[in-house]
Amino acid sequence: MEHTADAEHHGGGTKEVIKVTIILSILTVIELALGFAMMGMEQGSGLKLAIKGTIVILMMAKAFYIVGYFMHLKHEVKNLIMTIVVPLLLFVWFITAFLSDGNSFKNLKNTYDPHKKELSTQKVEKKEEVKETKTEEKKKAVE
Amino acid sequence: MSTTTTAVPEKLWSGGKSPFKVEYGKLMMWYFLMSDAFTFGAFLIAYGTTRFATNGWPNPNEVFKSYPFAGENANAPLVFVSIMTFILIISSVTMVLAVQAGQQMNKNKVVINLILTILGGAAFLSCQAWEWNHLFHEGAWWGRNPFLNADGTASTTNFTNFFFTITGFHGFHVFSGVIINIIMLIMTLTDKFEKRGHYLMIEKAGLYWHFVDLVWVFVFTCFYLI
Repeated sequence: MEHTADAEHHGGGTKEVIKVTIILSILTVIELALGFAMMGMEQGSGLKLAIKGTIVILMMAKAFYIVGYFMHLKHEVKNLIMTIVVPLLLFVWFITAFLSDGNSFKNLKNTYDPHKKELSTQKVEKKEEVKETKTEEKKKAVE
Repeated sequence: MSTTTTAVPEKLWSGGKSPFKVEYGKLMMWYFLMSDAFTFGAFLIAYGTTRFATNGWPNPNEVFKSYPFAGENANAPLVFVSIMTFILIISSVTMVLAVQAGQQMNKNKVVINLILTILGGAAFLSCQAWEWNHLFHEGAWWGRNPFLNADGTASTTNFTNFFFTITGFHGFHVFSGVIINIIMLIMTLTDKFEKRGHYLMIEKAGLYWHFVDLVWVFVFTCFYLI
């Protein structure tokens, strides 16, 4: 009896584990479905970006369930939760600052280095195609 | 007097006990995992920054489209990696069950769930080894990138460099997690925890194992989905 009371105090139990497992599986399946739906879409289209944003939100939800329930953080003392979560808020600044910096670097390069921009827009022939044409030429030569 | 005796348990910082109500080792495991989160975060943010600073990027659906025992023309993007994801989630679940069994001092249940967790970790590592081997034979490695950007332009080696570094770092974490779990299994089988009277060590190993699963959630999203 003592053990069950202890488990209740910490929250959880097998029921909670099963519930969280189902939630994580459903979130993963939704992510994969969105991934499959995204495949045929044009690179950089608005809808594709919106789906990517949705996937990131689902990812955060999965992280919440893993940390909160599997790692038990949700059932810890509030002070402990704060010492873990508050420093991690630095990531908000890191991600905003670095990603926008990367984006601005790309724009600067494209504006002030036209040669490099031209290089990055030249299409490369696929190697396999090159091989095929070569073998075809050889065949023709043999004939 | 009665008011003071009832007030004392609520004051966490009055001294004489842990204000966080956790054991020292577990608290330190949390802080270690936080620092590890910053390491992985730095890697992934560097990857994101590079991707934002580059004009084109390979399409993951064209790169990661094969699976074991498939022919060269296999075209099943996301299938193999979703299997890997589920393997890791399930092994995380068995780890939670092992931790709970430890809290109930149920040795047999701890052993069974630890073995399942180790098997899950080994399965994940095998999948990753297969994938690395496959990509290596396609010509991808650090400093070598055979894949073109999604729009058909030439790609830089940043793609493969980041992929192998970050999945490699994660794979190494999985590997250490499996070793830690094997040590936990041996300690359980030799009744070390029974003699101590608690299975707190399993809880710490569990925290580490869940963190590995957590990192995979981010790596999986950043490399395979987005």
